[in-house]
Amino acid sequence: MARTDIGPPDYRLMLPETITSNYGKWKYHEILKPGVMKHVSETGDELYTVRAGSPRLVSIDFIRDICDIADKYCDGHLRFTSRFNIELMTPKKENVDGIIGDLKKLGLPIGGIGDCISNIVHTQGWIHCHSAATDASGLVKSIMDELYEYFTEFKLHAKLRIAVACCINMCGAVHCSDLAVVGIHTTPPKVNHEKLASTCEIPSVIASCPTGAIRRHSDKNINSVEVREERCMYCGNCYTVCPSMPLADPDGDGVAIYVGGKVSNSRKPPMFSRLAVPFIPNNPPRWPEVTSILKKIVEVYARDSKKYERLGEWIQRIGWERFFALTNIPFTEQHIDDFTYATETFRATTQFKW
Amino acid sequence: MASDTPLLDELEKGPWPSFVKEIKRSAGKSPKAKDLLGVVEQSYKDKITHWKHGGIVGVTGYGGGVIGRYTDIPEKFPNAEQMHTIRVNHPSGWFYTTKALRTVCDIWEKHGSGLTNMHGSTGDIILLGTDTDQLQPAFNTLTENGFDLGGSGSALRTPSGCVGPARCEWACIDSPHLIYDLTQTFQDELHRPRWPYKFKIKASACPNDCVAAIARADFTIIGTWRDSIRIDQAAVKEYASKGLDIENLIVARCPGQALEYDAKAQKLSVKPQDCLRCMHCISKMTKAIRPGKETGATILIGGKAPILRGAFLSWVLVPFIKVEPPYTEIKELLEKIWDWWDEHGRNRERIAETIGRLGLKDFLKAVDLKPIPQMVYHPRSNPFVFF
Ligand code: HEM
Ligand code: HEM
Ligand code: HEM
Ligand code: HEM
Ligand code: SF4
Ligand code: SF4
Ligand code: SF4
Ligand code: SF4
Repeated sequence: MARTDIGPPDYRLMLPETITSNYGKWKYHEILKPGVMKHVSETGDELYTVRAGSPRLVSIDFIRDICDIADKYCDGHLRFTSRFNIELMTPKKENVDGIIGDLKKLGLPIGGIGDCISNIVHTQGWIHCHSAATDASGLVKSIMDELYEYFTEFKLHAKLRIAVACCINMCGAVHCSDLAVVGIHTTPPKVNHEKLASTCEIPSVIASCPTGAIRRHSDKNINSVEVREERCMYCGNCYTVCPSMPLADPDGDGVAIYVGGKVSNSRKPPMFSRLAVPFIPNNPPRWPEVTSILKKIVEVYARDSKKYERLGEWIQRIGWERFFALTNIPFTEQHIDDFTYATETFRATTQFKW
Repeated sequence: MASDTPLLDELEKGPWPSFVKEIKRSAGKSPKAKDLLGVVEQSYKDKITHWKHGGIVGVTGYGGGVIGRYTDIPEKFPNAEQMHTIRVNHPSGWFYTTKALRTVCDIWEKHGSGLTNMHGSTGDIILLGTDTDQLQPAFNTLTENGFDLGGSGSALRTPSGCVGPARCEWACIDSPHLIYDLTQTFQDELHRPRWPYKFKIKASACPNDCVAAIARADFTIIGTWRDSIRIDQAAVKEYASKGLDIENLIVARCPGQALEYDAKAQKLSVKPQDCLRCMHCISKMTKAIRPGKETGATILIGGKAPILRGAFLSWVLVPFIKVEPPYTEIKELLEKIWDWWDEHGRNRERIAETIGRLGLKDFLKAVDLKPIPQMVYHPRSNPFVFF
């Protein structure tokens, strides 16, 4: 009989010696160059960290390669960041170049620390999920190829966080990212009337719809439901509850782009990302329309922002009207909220920026 | 010979490391990984997913931690017919010895596709792709080696926290220890789903919030301090002499208008009562400014993604609380929250939605908290008041 409820391994057994002996005693850190920082302790000890990007979806052989580097230079310890980056740490300054060299041999980018783009938080998509409106890994790869030097160099005035979620369940923190790409459907579910009653509980299906778009089929002889299409906003919640309500559609599926969110409290409080581009149809394998518009936004922001200004702070300063003008993104009726809290977003002042 | 995966092959090009290369590396050894490649190529062709709704699979004694996955084109890719995922609870701070990681790799080589996510967005190690009959053996070997499953379904999800005092000078609380302790305390809640929906706990040790706790957790713990920031004037002079524009880049950007700079004396002073504890000055002048000494955390509630009623950022519940082992106050608060939500929450309703539906007033009463001004941006403006 297997043991249960033992919980995760004790992190204290995983820490490198320099961290154990300086836990809670760190005094300051410096970013030495892209992807490299030095922490200095009250005790005088130093710890060098090299951060590298990862595709996140990795094979065990990839993990073993990284372990080899950690064995060679870091006494057999390593960590990952909340954004899927790899961090190799050593108290020995002379090890830093060796670590960088070995990581580069594996084809991994060094960077992601400080005022730059970090790795993209993302979800599963066509690799693994039934509700995906787009792929995540392929979008991320395409976007990071396009914005590569923003990871490996300091080309921005502040951090820039990107997230990709392949449906509006948003398994990654997209809604508060500087740039967020979300998979969306734009067509209502196609009800499978033969299968519905045998696969799903009809009352649960009706209750699952946040806009009340689903009702019993108007023909009493058909034991199923129907969707009032004008009320449907394609959230897929009904499909999550019932497999006989699929929404996936090769032409109707694609992504939306949201901008200007952040979670840190620095200067301005945390902010949600707001809609910039309502819909771009899927165009695998490289989604060129998505990557080019993201690049455009990053370039305009890099040029027009002030030092330390996050993307959302920059937009607040210049105003949304100037954001749309500078990026040449058309403002459409979809940009105006018509969901639950819509009226809070209507402007009630004569203050604008031209 | 023409490639079977011309579309995915495109994603091997370019400078960013390629997930397609990684799938191919595993495909050399695992028929499951090979057929996964085929399924994904088919999705790239058809522009829709080829995964079906989950099925119920699991391991003995647990209600979650494993996600059932089946392709809808098993006739073409029989080895990918079952592609279940195992969530393995990561160690706090995502620190590993290579020995521990190699053990996980060996287990996954034997019992699965050899493909992983390091990590999932909730924080778990995600082991991607195995058959139903491999789940129990994989789980048994994992626990023999000190690993356990993370959460899934309508349960507590794997708590996660930032690196904290392990390697960050700004940490106001011991986030790795807190997360480890809470995870160990609430193993039952983690492994046996019984709530209206999922519940996430995340802890960041300062207001920079490196794990996005305010956006991604129902129960958000963010380190902060109650006294004044500490300024080392000698280090301020050093920044000034190195050319940092303290007036414009630090003082002028302080959201609380709490800072004053005497350029002649190169002296920076703070009015503690005006400081919002935003971290800006500290992040930019880390050698000169640090958080105060009276440290603790702000506790917030309700962060969640848009499904169903719209997304929320967590709302302030407790503006300041001491965070010290054994964390009794925090645990008691969690228990009260779960009791109320368990009783009043509807199916698939996150805590924020239950609060939104029934009112913050009722919720506060249930968890024994008094209304205080820190909970709102401003008092109400409408006259529709219940007494
Ligand atoms: C005003 C609109 C939005 C609000 C208020 C909001 C709020 C939230 C909240 C509170 C969460 C925590 C999620 C959870 O764990 O359930 C979340 C998660 C997420 N959101 Fe949003 N969101 C909004 C819009 C968006 C948009 C437009 C996107 C995509 C562009 C997005 C992508 C995500 C993703 C990927 C997550 C996953 C976080 C996780 O679970 O780790 N959100 N959102
Ligand atoms: C059986 C079908 C499902 C599978 C196989 C599945 C798979 C996964 C996986 C592997 C993750 C980790 C993702 C990552 O870290 O990138 C994840 C996370 C997540 N999934 Fe799903 N998912 C399923 C159904 C759902 C449903 C029905 C919902 C919501 C209604 C949902 C919402 C989320 C959210 C919010 C996360 C964020 C992380 C978490 O809470 O653990 N998923 N899912
Ligand atoms: C320059 C000094 C900084 C260093 C060395 C640093 C270091 C780190 C590290 C190590 C992580 C990963 C944490 C983890 O995985 O547990 C991280 C994430 C993060 N940092 Fe910092 N940080 C710095 C400054 C800041 C500042 C000034 C802010 C806010 C303005 C900030 C906001 C964040 C956020 C929001 C995350 C996590 C969200 C994410 O995953 O991207 N950091 N940082
Ligand atoms: C039950 C409570 C309230 C009553 C009985 C009430 C009644 C009135 C009355 C009789 C007027 C004068 C209308 C006129 O000039 O013909 C007025 C004006 C006004 N009320 Fe109220 N009011 C109430 C609550 C509020 C609240 C809560 C607000 C705002 C938060 C508000 C904002 C105003 C404003 C802005 C005006 C116009 C003032 C002006 O002309 O400069 N009222 N109200
Ligand atoms: S975001 Fe949606 S499609 Fe993507 S993994 Fe999560 S539930 Fe699946
Ligand atoms: S997709 Fe969403 S809005 Fe449309 S019918 Fe289903 S639950 Fe309702
Ligand atoms: S949240 Fe604060 S304490 Fe934690 S790692 Fe980030 S900056 Fe450091
Ligand atoms: S922490 Fe923020 S609010 Fe406080 S003094 Fe520094 S910049 Fe101002």
